[in-house]
Amino acid sequence: MINYIWFFILIVGIVFGIITGRGEIVSKSIIDCTGSTVELTIQLLGLMCLWCGVMKIAEKSGVTNVLAKILRPLLKIIFRKSFNNPAIVTPMIMNLTSNIMGLSNAATPFGIKTMEAMEDVNINKGVATNDMARFLVLNAACIQLVPTSVLSIRAASGSQNPGIIIIPAIITTAVAAVMGMIYCSILEKYF
Amino acid sequence: MDYIIKAIIPIIIGIVVINGMLKGVKVYECFVEGAKDGISICIKIMPYLLAMILAVSVFRESSAMDYFIKLVKPIVSIIGLPPELVPLAVVKPLSGSGAMGIFAETLKKYGPDSYIGLVASIMMGSTETIFYTITVYYGAVNIRKIRHTLIAAVFADITAIIMAVITAKFIY
Repeated sequence: MINYIWFFILIVGIVFGIITGRGEIVSKSIIDCTGSTVELTIQLLGLMCLWCGVMKIAEKSGVTNVLAKILRPLLKIIFRKSFNNPAIVTPMIMNLTSNIMGLSNAATPFGIKTMEAMEDVNINKGVATNDMARFLVLNAACIQLVPTSVLSIRAASGSQNPGIIIIPAIITTAVAAVMGMIYCSILEKYF
Repeated sequence: MDYIIKAIIPIIIGIVVINGMLKGVKVYECFVEGAKDGISICIKIMPYLLAMILAVSVFRESSAMDYFIKLVKPIVSIIGLPPELVPLAVVKPLSGSGAMGIFAETLKKYGPDSYIGLVASIMMGSTETIFYTITVYYGAVNIRKIRHTLIAAVFADITAIIMAVITAKFIY
């Protein structure tokens, strides 16, 4: 899918540019974008390192455990069927806390473990359960406490205040997550 | 409250480091260790950034973007999304690093503190790449019938876009 979209954006741009006589401008923009990407990457390098360093301290100081405590009662409401099964809930909490901390590399293996445990108790093998769908929607709309790469790109583009978006982003995601659960509980009756 | 939002970066760093020190974490060594990961992340996303920045800047400079914006404007104005952000909204659910490239290009063009820049930042800071997650997680356990998962996730994504449009108005 992403292949088609990239192809579409690029080729429509090239064909359109050549037809409308903007060949020279388009040609210049192609050359310029390589330089500006390198510039952006170099600026990002320092900022990403800063945030990864800070988040590492947070990770090592056990913020994950605190988050897990906050999550438990919420998960109890969302996953009524799976909540009493520790094989499902333990990796699920690790997955969600990793996502909240912005450690997406760590989140994926825990997420897969959660799915495996859910499939183990699934009666209709190969068909998604209600809880699986909820878990995936929750993953798609998961709060990230410090959106490190967004902050870095904002700072690299010369923002006066890169952090201003953090609280709005948390509110936005929280609403999306709650609504996501509501959509699930409505839709699961019809599928 | 306004001041907290403006000073949130030093506040976060301060809380994390103080808390780390209290918990007996070797904060300096830990910071350096984490910062090393930052290097590899940056090097890894650079080709994705280039691919998307290339495509979007060609699309924009050829004036194809102007026509595209006119075309989608009546549709996206229903939810209040600036039409300039449609490419980002389309790519976001498909590819995280691809969206990062479009996001960087958008901020460069409109400025990070413009209304468009703020909506884009909140969108990027909120939802994840739905299609990737669904493919990987369901693929790992051989689920073939995903039922309502995708529809619910897309609705949640649209909700996030609407909320980004609303919350950006408060900080703009």
